[in-house]
Amino acid sequence: MNTGTRETLDRKIQEHLDDILLLGSMVEQAIINSVKALKEQDIEEAQRIYDNDKKINQKRFEIERQTLITVATQQPMARDLRILASILDVSGELERIGDYAKGIAQITLRIGDEPFIKPLIDIPKMADLTSDMLHRALEAFVRADAETAQSIPKGDDEIDDLYNQVYRELLVFMFKDPTTIDQATFLTWVSHNLERAADRVTNICERAIFIATGVLTEISASDDETQSQE
Amino acid sequence: MSKIEVKNLNFFYGDFQALTGISLEIRDQHITALIGPSGCGKSTFLRCLNRMNDTISGTRLEGKILLDDQDIYDEDTDVVDLRRRVGMVFQRPNPFPKSIYDNVAFGPRILGLHKEESLDEVVERSLRGAALWNEVKDNLAQDALGLSLGEQQRLCIARTIATEPEVILMDEPCSALDPIATLEIEELMQSLKSSYNIVIVTHSMQQAARVSDWTGFFWLGEMVEFGATEKIFTNPDKEKTESYITGRFG
Repeated sequence: MNTGTRETLDRKIQEHLDDILLLGSMVEQAIINSVKALKEQDIEEAQRIYDNDKKINQKRFEIERQTLITVATQQPMARDLRILASILDVSGELERIGDYAKGIAQITLRIGDEPFIKPLIDIPKMADLTSDMLHRALEAFVRADAETAQSIPKGDDEIDDLYNQVYRELLVFMFKDPTTIDQATFLTWVSHNLERAADRVTNICERAIFIATGVLTEISASDDETQSQE
Repeated sequence: MSKIEVKNLNFFYGDFQALTGISLEIRDQHITALIGPSGCGKSTFLRCLNRMNDTISGTRLEGKILLDDQDIYDEDTDVVDLRRRVGMVFQRPNPFPKSIYDNVAFGPRILGLHKEESLDEVVERSLRGAALWNEVKDNLAQDALGLSLGEQQRLCIARTIATEPEVILMDEPCSALDPIATLEIEELMQSLKSSYNIVIVTHSMQQAARVSDWTGFFWLGEMVEFGATEKIFTNPDKEKTESYITGRFG
């Protein structure tokens, strides 16, 4: 029933959603590239990712600023209001995921050219799964696709399993050879960062559901339970 | 607890049906806002609540409106007493061309309501209730028309509450006021609602969202949706309500 009476608001919302996609792609690349730089022990690339986090933070603040202007000047209601409130929330989630990528880059810088205590196989898998979840979550978010958003966090189970596996393996290394403790701890942090990033993707999915239904739903990926608050 | 209960209300101006099948409960000590595009019937509905439409010839009403479980359209209803119990504030401030004091004292004098407290006390209580006392207490003899529009509207509210109504109907009470005077009236409504039941018709959805506890959306003489204001303005059930409050039609 859009009669064009809110063309300005519609245009601004679309601009903010486009900005979320842009920020999302910056963060997605940061996650993929940070783990790639770790695997290849590419110090230069890790430094670039580390420095680039400032741009992600700036973009997040810019989205917040512009969205607040829209709220103040357009007085959105109902679905429009839910979209704009969710944009504010999701921009924060993305910025935090960016921080996890920055953290991984920092670890790459600290490990330097020290040989790995084990080949990195599961950590790149976690990064691929996380970035894939993020990509799909943002698509669901901008389309307010509740059904897809509800299904995405199930992928988090696989990431949790990989995290537990990496953690156990690294513990074994630390028990067997205490000289590996430093690097094993760093790699545990990397996998933990990826696991946390996937958790934040779940939060983005919750916002997609909120836009579509008006219901704030906490999605628990592992047991498929949800807790809702209308 | 519901103060007013409307049951299947139909209202006609001659052959034209202005309201169709309206049913709702208006709760005591709450503010209820009625929103909708021009001509949707919200002011007509408001005027049904104190039988102001009786003054228009050719009108007809079906259904029931219960005030404290008594049908206000019963034949033996004292309409003067009904309008004392259900007071009204209009779009434009309409003080009498009299002093501030006499404006507020007008109703109690006519109705002989100042037996238990002096007229002075009634005037002071009413002006305090309308958040106007401090501004006018030293100038009660001043002509009311010399007040600003915002003050005039608060004076009209004081005049309304001087007769100790149970319900206050407000028909776009801020449409002639500037933004600051509007906010003053809105704050006043919040302080009044602990003592009165307020029903407000407003064209401003932002105002309805700011001041009311309950909101009814009218469209083409029907009430499309009625519910808690926080629900209506964040996640209404009906698509038509969503379209209207997001400004997509109307």
